[in-house]
Amino acid sequence: MSQKKALAALSRREALLLAAGATMVAAGGIVLTGSRANADAKMIDEALVKLIGDTKPVDGKITLDLPQIAENGNTVPIGVSVDSPMTADNYVKAVHLFADGNPTPAVASLYFTPMSGKAEASTRMRMAGTQNVVAVAEMSDGKVFRASQEVKVTIGGCGG
Amino acid sequence: MASNVKPRVRVPGKAAKGEIVEIKTLISHNMESGRRKGKDGKLIPRSIINKFEVTFNGKSVFSSDWQPAISANPYMSIFAKVDESGEFAFKWTDDGGSIYEKTSKITVS
Repeated sequence: MSQKKALAALSRREALLLAAGATMVAAGGIVLTGSRANADAKMIDEALVKLIGDTKPVDGKITLDLPQIAENGNTVPIGVSVDSPMTADNYVKAVHLFADGNPTPAVASLYFTPMSGKAEASTRMRMAGTQNVVAVAEMSDGKVFRASQEVKVTIGGCGG
Repeated sequence: MASNVKPRVRVPGKAAKGEIVEIKTLISHNMESGRRKGKDGKLIPRSIINKFEVTFNGKSVFSSDWQPAISANPYMSIFAKVDESGEFAFKWTDDGGSIYEKTSKITVS
């Protein structure tokens, strides 16, 4: 069996492990290129304009609850909360989550109502590697806030 | 198409009027991202739950759009302010148009 065929027969998980192993063994360093087109800050900005228009976000109001180091990039716990009284005329309309190192930056959009009581939610997300998680909150009065945090992702024990 | 999709929710049975209660939800779904290759080397088509909605007595409490970056077996915890007894309804919609639903009652005293 040719090497190419053998590789094709591997699942993505196996291939990742193999690639990780190869990088560790080769002291000269194999550069993994081309296979994964990662998102970046510019792509986040573009995705954001589509969702909320041209309003420039300012820092503050948002608290992100993320691990500093995540061992398993398949399920990284993420919690987000926004400081708001959540009354009928002053509440958080939406929170958009992005990850700048994933193949596509968007993660989820959360839409709150005054009935939510507080603008807080948590879930689990996939992360392709060490990167920044960005949260953008849209308030009912049109103000937009932003927060970000870096998460180091360990894959296959190679460190990150 | 995902099989054996089972939604689970945890809502407190009782609450005081005006209390903000925590709701935890979990649904078993493989959330195929569309970027994974199968044994034959071909990409497995994307099949994820892309929408999650919560209503209370018919009124919207929370909704969410999900991208492939949401992990398999999606978990989400949220909050809701309850002023009266009633029923929470949870609805997940996936790429194939399948809808998974669950309801849970709460008594407010």
